Amino acid sequence: MNRVTFTLNGRSTVAVVDPHKRLIDLLRDTLGETGTKEGCGEGECGACTVLVDGRAVNSCLYPAPEVEGREVLTIEGLADSRGKGLSPLQQAFLDNGGTQCGFCTPGMVMAAVDLLRRNEHPTRADIQTALTGNLCRCTGYVQIFESIEAAASATNGGES
Amino acid sequence: MSSLRHVGTSPPRPEGGDKVGGRARYIHDITVPGMLHGAIRYSDHAHARIRRIDTSRAEALPGVRAVITAFNTPEIIIGFMGDNPVLKKDKVRQFRDELAAVAAEDAETARAAAELIEVEYEPLPGVFSVEEALAEGAPLIHETDRRGKPLSSNRLPLIFGHDSGDLAAGETAAAFVAEGSFSTPLIQQSCMGTAGALAEFDSNGNLTITAKTQIPFLAQRDFTKAMASLGLKGCSVRVVVPTLGGGFGTGLDTHVYEYISILLAWRTGKPVRVLYNREQEFAYLSPRQSTESRVRQGCDKQGRLTFRSVEVVQDNGAYASWGATYPSVMLLPTTSLYRVPAVRFRSDIVYTNNTYCQAMRGYGNPEVTLGIESTLDELAELSGIDPLEIRRINCNQPGEVTPMGLKVGTCGLAECLDRAGERSAWSEKRGQGRATSRGIGISSLIHVGGGGKIYRSDGSGIILKLDDYGVVHVNYGGVEMGQGLHSAISLMVADGLGVKPSSVIVNQTDTATCPWDVGTHASRGAFMAGNAALKACAKLRARLFEWAPRVYGDLVAENIKRARRRDGDFDPGFTEELLAKLTPGQFELLDGELFPHGETGLPPLEDAPWLKVDLGRFLRAVHFPRAGGAGTVFTEEAFYEPATELPDWEKGYGNMSASYTYGCQAIEVEVDQETGQVTVLKLVSALDVGRVLNPQTLKGQVYGGIAQGLGYALYEEVKTEGGRVLNPGFTDYKLPTASEMAFPIELEFVETDDASGPFGAKGVGEPGLVPTAPAMANAIQDAIGVRIRDLPITPEKILDALAARDGA
Ligand code: FES
Ligand code: FES
Repeated sequence: MNRVTFTLNGRSTVAVVDPHKRLIDLLRDTLGETGTKEGCGEGECGACTVLVDGRAVNSCLYPAPEVEGREVLTIEGLADSRGKGLSPLQQAFLDNGGTQCGFCTPGMVMAAVDLLRRNEHPTRADIQTALTGNLCRCTGYVQIFESIEAAASATNGGES
Repeated sequence: MSSLRHVGTSPPRPEGGDKVGGRARYIHDITVPGMLHGAIRYSDHAHARIRRIDTSRAEALPGVRAVITAFNTPEIIIGFMGDNPVLKKDKVRQFRDELAAVAAEDAETARAAAELIEVEYEPLPGVFSVEEALAEGAPLIHETDRRGKPLSSNRLPLIFGHDSGDLAAGETAAAFVAEGSFSTPLIQQSCMGTAGALAEFDSNGNLTITAKTQIPFLAQRDFTKAMASLGLKGCSVRVVVPTLGGGFGTGLDTHVYEYISILLAWRTGKPVRVLYNREQEFAYLSPRQSTESRVRQGCDKQGRLTFRSVEVVQDNGAYASWGATYPSVMLLPTTSLYRVPAVRFRSDIVYTNNTYCQAMRGYGNPEVTLGIESTLDELAELSGIDPLEIRRINCNQPGEVTPMGLKVGTCGLAECLDRAGERSAWSEKRGQGRATSRGIGISSLIHVGGGGKIYRSDGSGIILKLDDYGVVHVNYGGVEMGQGLHSAISLMVADGLGVKPSSVIVNQTDTATCPWDVGTHASRGAFMAGNAALKACAKLRARLFEWAPRVYGDLVAENIKRARRRDGDFDPGFTEELLAKLTPGQFELLDGELFPHGETGLPPLEDAPWLKVDLGRFLRAVHFPRAGGAGTVFTEEAFYEPATELPDWEKGYGNMSASYTYGCQAIEVEVDQETGQVTVLKLVSALDVGRVLNPQTLKGQVYGGIAQGLGYALYEEVKTEGGRVLNPGFTDYKLPTASEMAFPIELEFVETDDASGPFGAKGVGEPGLVPTAPAMANAIQDAIGVRIRDLPITPEKILDALAARDGA
């Protein structure tokens, strides 16, 4: 067992984890942060997307011990917990039909956070490219594109 | 019913905040104290006798709490044909047959233990296609039926057929005849949230199972039967539905893994959860059936259809789920898409040693619409009539009764064709073909829009409970799986009762608290819920208004007193005696405010806002009467059963739905003749939805359906060899991604306001994916002059067809 110290959603966190576990296991099973979803476990669906040191990664492929000293941001950390606790981007997904069954949604939102940090005013094509690693079976993606566009135009960059 | 204030608008879906916030709880997120993890040991052969199962090494593994096999566990047989033992004892019939299961303290131990189980087999020859299964002397997959009667064939004893009109006369009358053989693939529903169940027993032997199901009440019935095998006859079963990570038909049957969670929980006395990961979902969860069909139809010189014949064979796999009954829905397009005077339908459902199949969105409809719409295009070509025009010529009309006996009430197909033609610039784009490699194609659809009677009851119950604060709590037995059911319910209850949508809370679906519902399938959720809700709302309003005269005067008097405190000269402009004269029929409730309406002698509401009483305040006044005496609370239930018929399947006759949803899609494509790559340039969908309940969730349903239709048309196929799934993951099973969905999509909705529907609405859950593949095949034909009759239309198939064309 390894002891890892890292920052999770802005809070310093210490956990004991089996060294062969993945970041998604650390988040979901050890820490009970179940917002991050596992859709495939093999890097193909993006449901497990989180940011590590500001970069989007598939937490199902990321070894848990490697978060040592790093900053991890998950869907639970996008907004503070007061009130409805939704960030403008999450609100845009809600307002624009960007979620249906919702299983892909945390990963989609995190991929969009990553995109909007890199590119404040993405074109439709930029969004499509950025989301190609995130599968959704429900929406046909169109309203997800619209959600991200709405967030980008409303907040001038749409950062979380 | 009050006015349309909220129906037709798009407030955020009620459960959406939890989804975008990562708070929604799916089966994977639910753990309970003491919970054990289940794992299943599957077969290593597609067809074999079981000689011996040795579980000793698994049992010895630390952390293992129980190992079950057919040899130490009561027998439970599932499936509506009674052909699928939960744990296999005599033989295995497919690679995913369940031989044993383990409960352990953690999931890894459970999986490791399942691998340690040793099984000895005597392999048997297998049949892996319909042809092999039906060949003379083919090995039998099931030697006996559920009663032990010997079987002589791999054909399932399920007959779906249809004969109407004079087929021979139709053939004679035909100036042109088109005929073709079509095939559709095995595909995976691919819910992003994989399957799972969590079972637990209380000390009285009552079972609670949290299950990813679309049929909580039919599941309750199935599980209750299983309880008898466990010696728990008379104990209760409660089915609780968590947030579903997609459904698409996967929840229309109860599944072996659910019974295994029950058996393990029963054996260990602990809660047990069984989850599938993605690889298991591909290998062990039933996909959509593959089919082969032969379609032949003819038309006269004017393009009018004179006959149609459809024969389908479906590879059912080793056991029968409800999905075996796809032909029940194939009858719809076969008999009732366009006007055809003579129709013949035959189907064969065949056991093989392939993975057994189940329902998926569309349920047989896209399988045969492909052949019907493809041969219709061929008739257009033969007769020299434009494809859009030939569809107009044969278009279904409002009020007609189809050969299947479907009573088509409203029908917006003609308008859908017009709008799709216009929005797709049909006349400009069609027939540019060969020179540009661009083409456009169209296909229509019919689907049930008012439930689908395939069970003795097609009903839905609902309970509406008002709390003391004016919030309506809705208990409905249907399932929200992403389609927007809860949104539709909140809007319809808001308008039906007269409250704000934000005051409508749709509770978790739970058989213990919700009244019976047959299940969320057949695009019936919002249609049924709405009709049931409107009945309950009417009862609730009647009771509220009946109580209103008793307390309303006092509440308004308080309003007036308050106004006087602010303004000493305040004059309400009427005498308070008028209030005492109000009768129940003179009240209205709107957006959570109660007020008088009609000829009351009171001033108009705009001038007298103090006449409005907040619903919560009213309810508290009724609940806790100031004058003493008994108060009341408000809970009303309703059960809605549409006036439809359970069809005679052998004859293929019966009005199975209260309304029918029609529509069409036009697709423009470009085909790269070097690579065979198809690029979609534009898609227009036009759908007769009766009434738009929530524009945003409606669009979401159609966009999503189109993406699934695109996958079905071009990309998706579960490949198998000797019954084994070869591509159990998204690496080799291609779902449409954001990059494939990069073409413009235009959605048109025709509102025909169907009398049977809540607010005029029809069901729209499935239609989105039905016409996509045939429209695609027709567009590709227009672009490059070759017709592909075999889905998915891969680049290889296109190149082969081009080579054949040029070689010929
Ligand atoms: S779960 Fe990590 S990419 Fe699918
Ligand atoms: S919303 Fe269901 S998978 Fe995206």
